[in-house]
Amino acid sequence: MTEVREVAIEVKGLLKTFKNQVAVNDLDLTIYKGEVFGILGPNGAGKTTMVRMMATLLKQDAGTIRILGQDTLKDADEVRKLIGLTGQYASVDEDLTAHENLMMFCRLNGLSKKDAKARTTDLLEEFSLTDAAHKKMKNFSGGMRRRLDLAVSLIARPDIIFLDEPTTGLDPRTRGQMWETIRKLVEAGSTILLTTQYLDEADQLADRIAVIDRGSLVALGTPDELKNLIGNTELHIKIVNRRFLEDARIHISAILNVGTTVDDLNNTIKAPITETKFLTQVLNRLEEAKIKIDEVSIKKPSLDEVFLEVTGN
Amino acid sequence: MNNLKKTISDILTIARRSLLKLKHNPEQFADVIIMPVFFMLVFAFLFGGAIAGDTKAYLPILIPGILAQTLLGISSATGTAINTDMEKGIFDRFKSLPMARIAPLAGSLVADIPRYAISAAFAILTGYLIGWRPEAGFGAVLVGTLFMIFVTFSISWIFATIGLLVNKAATIQVFSQMIMMILTFMSNAFVPTETLPKVLQTFTRFNPVTHMIAALREIFATGAIGFDFWLSLGMGVAMILIFAPITLRIYNKKI
Repeated sequence: MTEVREVAIEVKGLLKTFKNQVAVNDLDLTIYKGEVFGILGPNGAGKTTMVRMMATLLKQDAGTIRILGQDTLKDADEVRKLIGLTGQYASVDEDLTAHENLMMFCRLNGLSKKDAKARTTDLLEEFSLTDAAHKKMKNFSGGMRRRLDLAVSLIARPDIIFLDEPTTGLDPRTRGQMWETIRKLVEAGSTILLTTQYLDEADQLADRIAVIDRGSLVALGTPDELKNLIGNTELHIKIVNRRFLEDARIHISAILNVGTTVDDLNNTIKAPITETKFLTQVLNRLEEAKIKIDEVSIKKPSLDEVFLEVTGN
Repeated sequence: MNNLKKTISDILTIARRSLLKLKHNPEQFADVIIMPVFFMLVFAFLFGGAIAGDTKAYLPILIPGILAQTLLGISSATGTAINTDMEKGIFDRFKSLPMARIAPLAGSLVADIPRYAISAAFAILTGYLIGWRPEAGFGAVLVGTLFMIFVTFSISWIFATIGLLVNKAATIQVFSQMIMMILTFMSNAFVPTETLPKVLQTFTRFNPVTHMIAALREIFATGAIGFDFWLSLGMGVAMILIFAPITLRIYNKKI
């Protein structure tokens, strides 16, 4: 049953301080191949510092980072061949056109002139920038900049892509487009490390999320696991005939072995539920008792609640 | 060998980036053109009479001096340019790529070479228009200018080091300007050194700019390549050998 997953990024005991202020505090993380790993945290939590260290832009004070087995300090050049980085601020040249930017970065990635031209054409097409290819970046919209930035990170078809707050400062529509682009990368099998301060973004895109606060890992798991963490997943059952409301409440209470609340106005019984198998039992019991059900739902806590809970803010 | 090829290719790619920037923002050429013309006219007509008797007699002394001054002026801006460039996100990208580490720096310096050439051309043209006729002919002027460009390129590595060492762009500018002024004015650029006090005379003798200008005057006047030429060329090579590794070290430490 247990699947052996290949490790993409392994972080051990990572520590970084800036002038007496701890930016990353003894961090351990294992990120697997093919997953989208989200690092979620408020501004100044240390997310960007972590990514910069993983992308060989910053040296840690202690601890190790291995990218597909290569050490970021000892084999920095090897690591650079494996990664693509899209920074928080578009790291392309403002004074050049999209085409010139792509050509330059293709050449720096070691592509021949001919290959660089072909790859540039492909990427412009892929990121719908062909029409704007010869416009100066200065005149680009925020969304186009991010797309170009992402296109540049993908030149060398990296195994691992770092997306540092890829949608910060974008309007909702452009954000949605960026999400689509990221999902396509996921389908193509890339390993993605995504930092974000938006809960819905982590929820939408990430397979697993690490919640970071003041440089420390405060929670780790799938979005669902994190939501279960604070445990108040609730079962809501609305019945047709209010005469049976009390009967239904007794049945539900007996199976779940917890206290329930009754919402008289809506003919609804609410109860915390820990495992989904109880749901079948509840439904069967009510069926036997011939109590007709109008609506069943399970309400999970939102990631926002989890976030506030674990960061203690 | 393959590494060297990639390094050179990376340097040229970055140099191309700077040239494309110039192409998109041609107003950046203004100082490169205005400076030599302005200084040439001011010095020739203002000081020519006082120093050499008349303007025309002063020109052979002045033109190598102006060439040195304007080219050094351009090269002294290197530090500020590199420093402000590094503030931008694009350097993060450069650092995260499997490219030659020296390329972002060396490329910017190499891209200054066309600026030196344009500036030199305007200085020479202005000189010609106000009556300068080099005795050794324009072939010698070409050789002299190329020599000059190489030496200023070597000196630009000093300014690049300052650009990396000092954090504030404004401070770098003041610092670079000061060094530039000392190097050009405390030399034989505009006045005969015999007229200077003893201490200054000693300084001018050790100033590489003095030898560069002396070499240039000799080439322009006689077409001969003498001791000063080889000395300045050697100093240039030495400066690259010393300051390129220092700059690279500081750059690598900066991450």
